[in-house]
Amino acid sequence: MTLRQIGVPLAALILFGLFWEWLVWVNGWPNYKMASPSDIWPAFWKFRGLFLEYGWDTLWRTVAGLLLAVVFGVFLGMIMGLSKTMRDALYPLLVGFNAIPKATVVPIVALMFVGQHDMNTILIAFLISFFPIAVSVSIGLSTLEPEYRDILASLGASKFTIFWKIALPKTLPEFFGALKVAVTLAFIGTNLMEIVEPHGRGLGHLFDSGKISADYPLMFAVLIALALMGIVLYYVVVALEKVFAGWAERNPG
Amino acid sequence: MTNLIDIKGVRHAYKTPSGPLPVLDGLELSVPEGGFAAVVGPSGCGKSTLTRLVAGLMKPDEGEVWLHGDLVKGPKSTVGMAFQNPVLLEWRTILQNVMLPLEIVSTGMNKRQQEDRARHLLDLVGLSGFEDKRPSELSGGMRQRASLCRSIVHKPEVLILDEPFGALDAFTREDLWQTMHKVKAEEPFTGVLITHDLRESIFLTDQVIVLSGRPARTQYVMDVHLTGERDIEMLYTPESAEALNILRQQIRIAQGRDAA
Repeated sequence: MTLRQIGVPLAALILFGLFWEWLVWVNGWPNYKMASPSDIWPAFWKFRGLFLEYGWDTLWRTVAGLLLAVVFGVFLGMIMGLSKTMRDALYPLLVGFNAIPKATVVPIVALMFVGQHDMNTILIAFLISFFPIAVSVSIGLSTLEPEYRDILASLGASKFTIFWKIALPKTLPEFFGALKVAVTLAFIGTNLMEIVEPHGRGLGHLFDSGKISADYPLMFAVLIALALMGIVLYYVVVALEKVFAGWAERNPG
Repeated sequence: MTNLIDIKGVRHAYKTPSGPLPVLDGLELSVPEGGFAAVVGPSGCGKSTLTRLVAGLMKPDEGEVWLHGDLVKGPKSTVGMAFQNPVLLEWRTILQNVMLPLEIVSTGMNKRQQEDRARHLLDLVGLSGFEDKRPSELSGGMRQRASLCRSIVHKPEVLILDEPFGALDAFTREDLWQTMHKVKAEEPFTGVLITHDLRESIFLTDQVIVLSGRPARTQYVMDVHLTGERDIEMLYTPESAEALNILRQQIRIAQGRDAA
């Protein structure tokens, strides 16, 4: 990490904050219309205990939902990628399911399992994020060039060996591409549920509390906390991608 | 001398929505042990189908494929293959790519011997120093050299080359022909080379088989009398010109442009 790599984004961040502060000040907006960074910090500090506690709830629920999505998505992608019949059978079902706006599923799930806050939240995070993973894995597997299969098949290798040594690693770049989309989706899912569910926990619930008590700076503070957490989650995926699929990166020139 | 590869009366048709599409119709091919045969023919005449049959990746509708006295019923570890696309695995180094078949085929070599063999082959084709590079760091010709090493690392009896030099530029291709002779001198294999290049066929092999247009049958067989290691200059002798001319005419007949 050079000074440039840290300095440039940091400077951009500070400039953005200053611009925001100036924009609110010059327009004379009240904080229920648009809170300024100087309003947000006190709100954050006042509720720092809750931010930590609820932030942890949101974080682990999102990660749990995402892990479920990875396991199920990869499994589904494998089935669809390796069998054309299964692909024909499952694709319309999957697309139909994905087309349902998840905001409409949230109240249904909330009613189905009343009071099961953790499970409800993880379930929504999972439901919203497995689709891109399943699709990318299935496409990665079904578009494997026949020669790749033939170099091992001609030696008498089993289907599993071919999958393990060639098809799976070859799909990793697509998988991580999808995981970057999925991590953001899972995060949205977690917060949707936390906001809607009464007596819940998590940052979504803190946002709802801010709304109920008309504490507008608190609502904005939650948004900033969510943004920060989103950045961290995203870059964790990027780091994993570097480790497991770094070979797919080409040095330009 | 017994034939190591024997293809007898093979017929095959692909099933398509508009009915069966015959690709091979009465194919005969025999290659003695240690021999090297080239198969040439118009494009789309079923040459690649032939390689898949010999490799045991598919079964013909009719006829038989024999390797070393055994009827081919499925893939065998005594076969090595290389294609026009070098299909190297991008996440492995060149050395690891070459050693891939050894993870499938048991050769009785220990890890140390396996690595030594892979390094030796890479050296033989002029890739020493590139063992730890990724395929994406190599040029097309170098990748094809690595692919060639991978196809023979497990000491196959039969080597099937499906237009391995087809996508290379003319000079790189001539370099690889020379390399191929070096490899053939050190590694005992019986080979089948699918190619579009008549000069390549007479430069590398000792038997050229011309297939007819689809559905393919054996139309013409030529024995090449150049033996052992060859020089590019040999391609410019009157004998070579004569041989190339005959093959050229046979291809025209196969394409259906001239009456036989």
